Amino acid sequence: MAYSDKVIDHYSNPKNVGTLDKSKNNVGTGLVGAPECGDVMRLQIEVDEESGVIKDAKFKTFGCGSAIASSSLATEWLKGKTVDQAIAIDNMDIVEELNLPPVKIHCSVLAEDAIKAAINDYRVKNGLPELELEEKKH
Amino acid sequence: MDPRVLEAMLPYFVEKFGNAASRNHSFGWVAEEAVDYAREQIAKLIGADPKEIILTSGATEADNLALKGVFEMYATKGNHIITATTEHKAVLDTCKHIEKMGGQVTYLEVQPDGLIDLKQLEAAITDKTILISIMYGNNEIGVIQPVKEISAIARKHGVLFFTDATQAVGKIPVDVQADGIDLMAFSAHKMYGPKGVGALYVRRKNPRVKVTAQMDGGGHERGMRSGTMNVPGIVGFGKACEIAMNEMEAEGKRLSILRDKLENALMELEEAYVNGNIQHRLPHVCNISFKYVEGEGLMMGFNKNIAVSSGSACTSASLEPSYVLKALGLGDDLAHSSLRFGLGRYTTEAEIDFTIDAIKTTVLKLREMSPLWEMFKEGIDLNTIEWAHH
Repeated sequence: MAYSDKVIDHYSNPKNVGTLDKSKNNVGTGLVGAPECGDVMRLQIEVDEESGVIKDAKFKTFGCGSAIASSSLATEWLKGKTVDQAIAIDNMDIVEELNLPPVKIHCSVLAEDAIKAAINDYRVKNGLPELELEEKKH
Repeated sequence: MDPRVLEAMLPYFVEKFGNAASRNHSFGWVAEEAVDYAREQIAKLIGADPKEIILTSGATEADNLALKGVFEMYATKGNHIITATTEHKAVLDTCKHIEKMGGQVTYLEVQPDGLIDLKQLEAAITDKTILISIMYGNNEIGVIQPVKEISAIARKHGVLFFTDATQAVGKIPVDVQADGIDLMAFSAHKMYGPKGVGALYVRRKNPRVKVTAQMDGGGHERGMRSGTMNVPGIVGFGKACEIAMNEMEAEGKRLSILRDKLENALMELEEAYVNGNIQHRLPHVCNISFKYVEGEGLMMGFNKNIAVSSGSACTSASLEPSYVLKALGLGDDLAHSSLRFGLGRYTTEAEIDFTIDAIKTTVLKLREMSPLWEMFKEGIDLNTIEWAHH
């Protein structure tokens, strides 16, 4: 099966690969997936505490090209959004943007899970209640 | 396919179009002669008599014919078959089918290097055992089973021995007499012949083996496999066998040198592991796990130029890691991180150098991107992390 040009582009030139200091109060970290399942994503956001805007986002992903592309795209979308806006990112937006085939939809779900896990980590660190998350099928 | 094979096949599509089973006109005779000659070429490669070669549509059909055919033919003697968990799906799925038909199948676990345990094999034999089915060389890891020892055990207990030798025939010397093989499946396309042609070797003497036909009809192939013969394909199969016979020794050496060069270079990477026994191995196969990098992601780094696979071709449509690697005891994580390399007649040293470079670069790049690699480098034990399984 051929990968879409956008997947290939993110895979070849991934955006925002890296690590943020997870001990900082304004950094939220989401680690989702499992090595046995063949994909693990770690997504981090750094929030400007005054404005609530995500000023930086980084990822590292163990997985196929679509998983790498999904997390790379997610970091691009996160930057500049407020935390509240970021919650609204839906996996199907990622599927559409990257033109993912049905067998790769779980990569987008994982990216959405990683975003929400990072936001929750940030919220908990800052004394906010955790968001209730709906379970999506992988 | 080898161009020499195509050349041999071409006349049999248009000019010599006869049906090999039409014995009352010269067109049929020409085709029949061509098939007879090919059958000799095929038999010669494996040390068999031409009468022992049953031509089929490929190794999958030959596997089906051997297993189901023996199961039916020897039903009065017993219903038990012994095989192994690392067999090809064409054997495993056929065994599953046989279980539904009332057969009993023992699936032997393999040792961590992929070899079966001969003591376990012998212990699994019961008075109901009619067949041992163990492949010659594995398609994913290249491990060569101790075929002579297996056949000796089979003989000792009066059990037939069938081997799927699709990966081995044409690559290493396979001799049905010396190896004590009763039935053997193999295929043309694995030795640069056409796709869609294969054969089942069925021993005629000491003991005389019979299989019940699984394809009924005109009684072709000594009644064991009916159906109009694929004359051009069979001619190509014969030619491919002849070429393999002449070139195998030199080609095997050339391939193992290239394979070892590839493997040694890739093993210079940290946390790389060869899967399967490296002493008893086909010369053209190698399978390596690159820990903390996912195989499919890894392949994407170079699959424009290099064809490798993660898992086997038959399973790569699914997201499941290789069942063969799991049978060796690899965890899902290492199984997900594996690549299978297959070298061939047209693989050059320059291509190997290119491959080494491309894979090393991609592994290093993806590890920079891998959260697992980062954790490993920080000394975090990945087993202590509570992963969110999905």
